[in-house]
Amino acid sequence: MEDVVISVLHRTMVAGTPLLLGTIGEVICERSGILNLGVEGVMSVGAVVAFVVTYTTGNPWLALMAAILAGMIISVIHAFASITLMANQVVSGLALTMIGLGLSGMVGKPYVGKPLAVKMNDFAIPWLSDIPFVGPLFFKQSPFFYMAIIFALAAWFFLERTLAGIKVRSTGENPRATETQGVNVTLVRYICVITGGAFSAMAGAHLSTSYSKSWIEGMTAGRGWIVIALTIFALWNPGKAIFGSFLFGGVFVLQYLLQPVGISPNFLAMLPYIATLLILFGMGLRDRRRLNAPAQLGEPYKRGER
Amino acid sequence: MLKLNVYDRDSITPLRSLMTNISSLLASLLAIGIVFFLCGVNPLYAIAKIFTGSFGSMYGFQETITKAIPLILIGGGLALAFRAKFWNIGAEGQLLMGALMGTWVGLTWGSSLPSSILIPLMFAAGFIGGAFLGLIPAILKIKFSINEVISTLMLNYICAELITMLIVGPWKGNTRFGFPGTNNLNEAALLGVISGSRIHYVTLIIAIISILILSIIVYRTRFGYEVRVIGENPEAGKYAGIDFFKTTLVIMTLSGGLAGVAGVGELAGIHHYLGYPASISSGYGFTAIIVAWLAKLNPIYVLVSALFFAGILVGGDAIQISLGLPGATVQIVNGILLVFLIMGDYFLKHKVIVSFVSKNSEIACATKK
Repeated sequence: MEDVVISVLHRTMVAGTPLLLGTIGEVICERSGILNLGVEGVMSVGAVVAFVVTYTTGNPWLALMAAILAGMIISVIHAFASITLMANQVVSGLALTMIGLGLSGMVGKPYVGKPLAVKMNDFAIPWLSDIPFVGPLFFKQSPFFYMAIIFALAAWFFLERTLAGIKVRSTGENPRATETQGVNVTLVRYICVITGGAFSAMAGAHLSTSYSKSWIEGMTAGRGWIVIALTIFALWNPGKAIFGSFLFGGVFVLQYLLQPVGISPNFLAMLPYIATLLILFGMGLRDRRRLNAPAQLGEPYKRGER
Repeated sequence: MLKLNVYDRDSITPLRSLMTNISSLLASLLAIGIVFFLCGVNPLYAIAKIFTGSFGSMYGFQETITKAIPLILIGGGLALAFRAKFWNIGAEGQLLMGALMGTWVGLTWGSSLPSSILIPLMFAAGFIGGAFLGLIPAILKIKFSINEVISTLMLNYICAELITMLIVGPWKGNTRFGFPGTNNLNEAALLGVISGSRIHYVTLIIAIISILILSIIVYRTRFGYEVRVIGENPEAGKYAGIDFFKTTLVIMTLSGGLAGVAGVGELAGIHHYLGYPASISSGYGFTAIIVAWLAKLNPIYVLVSALFFAGILVGGDAIQISLGLPGATVQIVNGILLVFLIMGDYFLKHKVIVSFVSKNSEIACATKK
């Protein structure tokens, strides 16, 4: 029985990892005032690049680096359109998703259905992984899991406790006042959007080189959109994102758990999306001002305008 | 030294708007060409093939019109919703819900009702299905401040799974040899086509009438005015006593309902049975977003931009076959077009002058001041 519990919880952590990575990125991006709806597309690009590089070089770490680089580069599209050209962020983000999904489908076509010979192996942390129950749960995971947790905590520390973090946050709250303090709002926003892209791509790399070890078109399956909902659920706080992501990881695992009971697999596949709606519904019942959303989220900033 | 001067434009003439759109399209073609080139595809051949495949032959042109039908219906509805800055990304799901309702009516009364009653009934059911799905995010947004981008998207996924659940389960047809899908609809439930093509003209006529009604609503009624105020200046709208809830409900009834009608058209005009959701909706809900944007959210222009994007879809199919490219190619083309269109808006609103200035003359300028 204990084995079953451990295995279920372990899979919950695995399923929650890409959600957490993506949410960290989106939190940083939205905190600077830019809404990025391109997560789904960038995740998909990350997944395909990581897969192709692992497939050809056999080195999943090199693949991760390549995926991150690709995620950063493609995110510049959204940064340029929404920051420099002050385009509508909703539409620009959607366009980024379309481009990302399209590019990944095109690049990945020859690789559909091919299995990976090597993958990002799980790494048992010596000593800690021997602790009963907790050990196999938290310390016998893929490197992505450790990175997600560490980056979440680091991002929280960065945003809430450092001067640079304050600059990011105030850029999202009041760019005009921030600019008068000598902060380059445009630069801060560019960096945050590109960092967000790096995290989304990491999430994608997890999907194709650790979670499933294969590439198929549409394998992100709406995770990028769930990430955007999780960002709200986490109240734009990377620390709280840890909780939210693994809660949703649990919903993904629930699908497989309930399948033998005889519930329609298609109904179970709806669960993450229904859960997303329910969670946002719960958030909607709260006082809007206490949600802590960046005040200028989604608003383009024009220098020198009063 | 290169120097950029940016000025706000005072007024935007229709001509300038058109010219900006055309230059955005040309710039995006260049970018698409570069992407094709990087992917190892001859860009000139591919782009030429897109246009000859869609507008170059009678068959291609008929297919283009066929694919324009759902884009007109959905694009018109989205133009209305986007005017109020209600980001309805859920047209895929609304289309599917319409197809689902149409199937239900068609299967239930297919053998007992004559065509003249059955088909209007199916369209009505499709409208109601799409509108129902559109109203959910509207209520969630106004009453519970839930972001409509996420709720409409989540409903897309939920609808697709719901349909798959039906076609492998209770609605699975006994004539499908075990494959998922309902039985074919009865002859009475099918839409007539212009002979030799797949143009289901009833839906086309409904689409054009809808566009005319939409443009009257947008430009000639108080409601249309309220929609614009909600989108452009919500504070003023509140001050003027506009009922946001009621207005949003009406917007989404129309936007969702029209997508539902498109779903019935695809079902009864093209597929003749309810199959896999991805084949029924085929991305029309997303392409229609760009259709509405290219049309500058003007319902009349939607007719033109829907035809243009239908051409890209047909041409995309053509290059997929002749060059062996994946279905995702069209998405790249669409995404790049959309990016360039919204970037073009910047040059519509601002005047950007690039000038070469030498260091000396800059200093001279500064001292003159």
